[in-house]
Amino acid sequence: MNTLNEVSELAAAYDLVVIGAGPAGMAAATLAAGAGVSCLLVDENPAPGGQIYRGIGSTPLTERRLLGEEYWKGAEIASAFAGSAASYLPQATVWQLSPERELGISRGGRTRMIRATRVIMATGALERPFPIPGWTLPGVMTAGAAQILLKTAGVAVSGKVVLAGTGPLLWLIAAQYLAAGKRFDAILDTTPKGSWRKALSELPRFLASPYLRKGLRLMATVRGSARVISGVTALAAEGSDHLTQVRYTVAGRESVIDADHLLLHQGVVPNINMASASGCAIDWDDEQLAFVPRVDAWGATSVGGIAIAGDGAGIAGAEAAAERGRLAALDALAALGRITPEEKARRAAPIRAIVARYDRGRAFLDRLYRPAEQFRVATDATVACRCEEVTGGQIRDVVANLNVLGPNQLKSFLRCGMGPCQGRLCGLTVTETIARTRGVDPAEVGYYRLRAPVKPITLAELATLEHSEAEIKTVARG
Amino acid sequence: MYQRLPEPGGMPIPFTLDGRRLEGRAGDTVAAALLAAGVETCRTSAVGGAPRAPYCMMGVCFECLVTIDGVGNRQGCLVPLQAGMAVETQLGHGKRELAR
Ligand code: FES
Repeated sequence: MNTLNEVSELAAAYDLVVIGAGPAGMAAATLAAGAGVSCLLVDENPAPGGQIYRGIGSTPLTERRLLGEEYWKGAEIASAFAGSAASYLPQATVWQLSPERELGISRGGRTRMIRATRVIMATGALERPFPIPGWTLPGVMTAGAAQILLKTAGVAVSGKVVLAGTGPLLWLIAAQYLAAGKRFDAILDTTPKGSWRKALSELPRFLASPYLRKGLRLMATVRGSARVISGVTALAAEGSDHLTQVRYTVAGRESVIDADHLLLHQGVVPNINMASASGCAIDWDDEQLAFVPRVDAWGATSVGGIAIAGDGAGIAGAEAAAERGRLAALDALAALGRITPEEKARRAAPIRAIVARYDRGRAFLDRLYRPAEQFRVATDATVACRCEEVTGGQIRDVVANLNVLGPNQLKSFLRCGMGPCQGRLCGLTVTETIARTRGVDPAEVGYYRLRAPVKPITLAELATLEHSEAEIKTVARG
Repeated sequence: MYQRLPEPGGMPIPFTLDGRRLEGRAGDTVAAALLAAGVETCRTSAVGGAPRAPYCMMGVCFECLVTIDGVGNRQGCLVPLQAGMAVETQLGHGKRELAR
């Protein structure tokens, strides 16, 4: 790969621009560059890896058993990318992707507009919002954040630590912490009691999936060495300026546990901000309880020339993400005339077989780890929108009394979703809270309408644009 | 609190927070260095002035906003730490970015 350090080093146009350097983005860029197309990979982080393989080339935790073999699979994808001819711009923000595939890219306070014939968004997933009372207190962070600290800096949360939530990643993170010699005061499992029953019909397919062995092994390790409390139906973080205790309910009985840290996790959902702002059609997925961009078997969205690969197009996990990146790259190569449709189909066949294998266990996991409604809808006193500090009670009030139908209308009354995170931490909560209040389906309520810039950009950065006529128009349209 | 694991770490990197001398390691982001140095609150919220701390460490929540070398509203979890950086706790909406 050819690492670029400034936006001034970018070409004015590329055959393919890939956004995001996780498994999907790295695999897509590697395959495409191998076929000789001009390919740029832009990423926000200082090094390739995305979130799942964060710090893969630079982690101080070189002892392999600490982060586990699954993590080190990322090294192969990263080294193939490092050996490719693709250009790579790290620490950069793509603040706009227009339907005409004009991209606004900033790095180090300077910005450029470039063009792409094809775009693959590999913008991945983010942790589902977990709105509980007190979740804005210092001392509370996502379990994923604690994992990133561990991977990138070798820094572990310590003292009195409580891990709470549900989902396969919760157990993975717990196992990594335990392997690093850390402990938890308690693991509060919020998986709803009836979930096993609902997931049962998907069990046979799960048994044939690669998740089984790995998942069971992780759970056994964790249960063997930490105090796991199951059936948690309510959670609250308490303290004045910092977390001091966690309150939780099991079988109707409330308990309190002292805590310096509370790590929250209840699954991951696609990061749809850029897809939505680029005009890609988005649908509500009731199995994954999330909004998911509409894509075909190659990852192509409803907008011509723009594809999505990896978890950003629906959660399927890291291994599947790399394969989905390759499929999207093959589709781009065919569209660019570099391979014939026959070659595309031939090369895609073995990749599809792998994707199908990973697909098998998904429905089971989605059902088993479906987060309970009380952890998805904000209670009256719980902050739903962290940026503008809007509570569930305020949302319910406005929806019921002012006849507000959806999140976009809600913005003008409460400003929720208008802070710097642009709804990433409240969008699903707000949609589901409105849906509950109105007694309708989240699909009917819809999601925030998003516009560029998808990440805040300063006026000073905009001022660094070279002001060609076309560029000014692009910005004005955003 | 936060602890560094006893693995061989990167080079020490000196920086300041509100004028106070602190030390991070090569490879840290600003947010990671602050947490490892025992700084658990990096800003106050824009509406209610409540203390806030990094929440996602992956660039989506904007809870890690700090002022770095005079420029406000920077995402500490995305900025690699560099020697001599002057980091400031961000109060409310923070400094405007006109410095550049
Ligand atoms: S901690 Fe969430 S954006 Fe930095």
